[in-house]
Amino acid sequence: MTEMNEQTVRAEARTWLEANWDTDLGLVEWRNKLVDSGWGAPHWPSGWYGRDLPVGLVPVVDEELDRIGAVGVAKMGIRTLAAATILAHGTDMHKEKFLRRILTGEDTWCQLFSEPGSGSDLAGATTRAEMKGNKWVINGQKVWTTSAHHADYGLLLARTDVDVPKHKGMTYFIIDIHQPGVEVVPLRQMNGHASFNQVFFTDAEISPEFMVGNLGDGWKVATTTLMHERRGADGMRRYAEASDRPERIYREEAEEHAIALEPYKWYPQRAGRVDLVLERVKATGMNADPVLRQEIAKLMIMAKSAEWTARRARAAQEAGRPQGPEGSLGKLAASYVARAANRVHTAITGTESMLTGDDSPMDGVIAEILVSTPAISIAGGTDEIQKNIISERVLKMPKEPRFDTDRPFREVPKNVV
Amino acid sequence: MKFSFTDEQEEYRSVLRRFLEDKSPTTEVRRLMETDEGCDPNVWRQLSQELGLTAIHIPETYGGQGFGIGELAIAVEEMGRALLCAPFFASTVMAATAILKAGSEDQKQLLLPDIAAGETIATLAVAEEDGTWDGSNVSTTATESGGKYTIDGKKRFVLDGCTAGLIVVLARSANGLSFFTVKANAAGLERSALNSMDPTRKLAQLTFNSVEAELLGKEGGAADPLAGTLDVSSICLANEMVGGAERLRESAVEYANMRVQFGRAIGSFQSLKHKAADMLLDVELAKSAAYYAAAAADEDDEETSALASLAKSAAAEAYMQTAVHTVQIHGGIGFTWDNDTHLWFKRAKSSEVFLGGSAYHRERLMQQWNI
Repeated sequence: MTEMNEQTVRAEARTWLEANWDTDLGLVEWRNKLVDSGWGAPHWPSGWYGRDLPVGLVPVVDEELDRIGAVGVAKMGIRTLAAATILAHGTDMHKEKFLRRILTGEDTWCQLFSEPGSGSDLAGATTRAEMKGNKWVINGQKVWTTSAHHADYGLLLARTDVDVPKHKGMTYFIIDIHQPGVEVVPLRQMNGHASFNQVFFTDAEISPEFMVGNLGDGWKVATTTLMHERRGADGMRRYAEASDRPERIYREEAEEHAIALEPYKWYPQRAGRVDLVLERVKATGMNADPVLRQEIAKLMIMAKSAEWTARRARAAQEAGRPQGPEGSLGKLAASYVARAANRVHTAITGTESMLTGDDSPMDGVIAEILVSTPAISIAGGTDEIQKNIISERVLKMPKEPRFDTDRPFREVPKNVV
Repeated sequence: MKFSFTDEQEEYRSVLRRFLEDKSPTTEVRRLMETDEGCDPNVWRQLSQELGLTAIHIPETYGGQGFGIGELAIAVEEMGRALLCAPFFASTVMAATAILKAGSEDQKQLLLPDIAAGETIATLAVAEEDGTWDGSNVSTTATESGGKYTIDGKKRFVLDGCTAGLIVVLARSANGLSFFTVKANAAGLERSALNSMDPTRKLAQLTFNSVEAELLGKEGGAADPLAGTLDVSSICLANEMVGGAERLRESAVEYANMRVQFGRAIGSFQSLKHKAADMLLDVELAKSAAYYAAAAADEDDEETSALASLAKSAAAEAYMQTAVHTVQIHGGIGFTWDNDTHLWFKRAKSSEVFLGGSAYHRERLMQQWNI
């Protein structure tokens, strides 16, 4: 076996791609070839469509794909979290059945963790899985499920035992979404979009072999999924650029991206659109207002400082230095920036802030900012949870006493749903 | 470069931190702040002659070390952290920078080596009764007669103005704003200490009655050197402030984790943990701004003036907010003289307005950005 270094990997990938890349192939057809070659997911194990490549060398393969203009494997959405979880905890049957179709993009996945009664406290999930006959029978409700309306499978965290402490009574399953007991209903947000779904389970069924990990190990398995979710936070952007070339394979990929990204189209507004502020304040003449000038300066100082803090964290990482506290602050900073940007946009826009849609500036973009920023301090971990994490993990402050972890889940106070 | 320090810079910082922890514990800060001089001559000698700090950003041709604003900023950040009582900001940051930017080649050759060696303590006299720093309201005058200049007027808020041996003065002459140098023992110069709210930073009022002065650089040519000096000074002050803010922040967490009420460490209450997380965010964001501005100054970035104002107001807000929270977290103890928090609180308060308040710098930032 040749030694794996940048040169050998680059040369080998290039040779294979030059011999095999073909724009006349269909998207799935091509991806199957790519998967068989091991260049689609080169950091995966060699037994499962990969080449055991160190993660650090993956960008070399990506560069070779880009160079020749080849389409990569499907990476959008929850499917990468599903793959990572299955690779870590799944059985050979799971890997056989699911991994290839994840990479080819034939199957779409969703994550069924959050519930109406447990948002920040995921381990408080009450959706039940009970063994009846030879099936697990699922009853309950999940929420904030992106892509559930076109998903084929879901990663389900369900309660299998209420007589043990909360973290020990959960089990992780793969559930087939296409069955009568699963109902997917769009969830409309305060900004009018419906980017997420509610998923209702009424005697939905799962065969025992689709349990991931052992009975009662659900929290541990979910931790793997969540870890990859955090790690891949900016993966979404990296793979969001589909080519606009006319060949069929590119159009198929672009369509896949468009579907996957549809729920996120208002996300720039959620972050407050600081990029529009200076331009708009000049265009509206509101730059004559000394009070507003102060507010804008405050916003820009915070936004710039947050951007530089993120760059500082990245620079430390790239230099191989241990990351300082600056690496844990981005999400919290983004919340404060978005909130301040909302106030500034309102002040710049004045009375027109009362309007929406095409009656409001920039064809509704400004109005969308005004009603979207509240999401950013909640989604993916509320500011309050972020502050707990920062104070406990970075500042080493003590945890607050808890009353829910050491007694049977049955006895823990819960929300009335 | 704008986002990380080199290994050498990190090493330099840790040497400085150890030195200052040893030489400037709060017992020493408290002793020196009660003195008129506000500086320990032995520490000043070690700091200038052994560590070469007074020479950091002065070019080697003028007896300096030839480092940049980045290294100067690290030094003042550590001094701010330790609340070092010394005329470093007055002499090395402000006066030496003004001489570098305004002086002729001969004047730099003449004046800078002694400042670099720490043998001359210099200061910069800009503000007057109304406390503005941009030179717009200077009423101190310089009158020429037979090639000699005499200065009349009153300067206030002069750092270490009573102990400095050399004073760089901004005055209005026939051709506009000019810098002059005045010897501390010049006839007609009256120096009196102002009661500083922050006793670790000595302030003076200087009254000039026909004081003989030497023109520094070109007559009427002070505008650009003044702006450049204030940019460097604001950037250094921002770095000094984030050093102090970080120290306060650490002390607040340490105290919260130790102090017990209601049968548990108060640091276990979310009300305090969330405040501590916000404090960390404030300080880290301000550090990023201060570091970025210092690096920009070294690269002669065209944004340096904007960034100086950005960093100064970011650091001032973060420092003061951190100081307020730190007193609050300490509770009643935090309001006592014996507790050390007030030492930094007062430095935060005086730094908030020194070289221009936050509202001034935010407005200046907007103007620099052509908004």
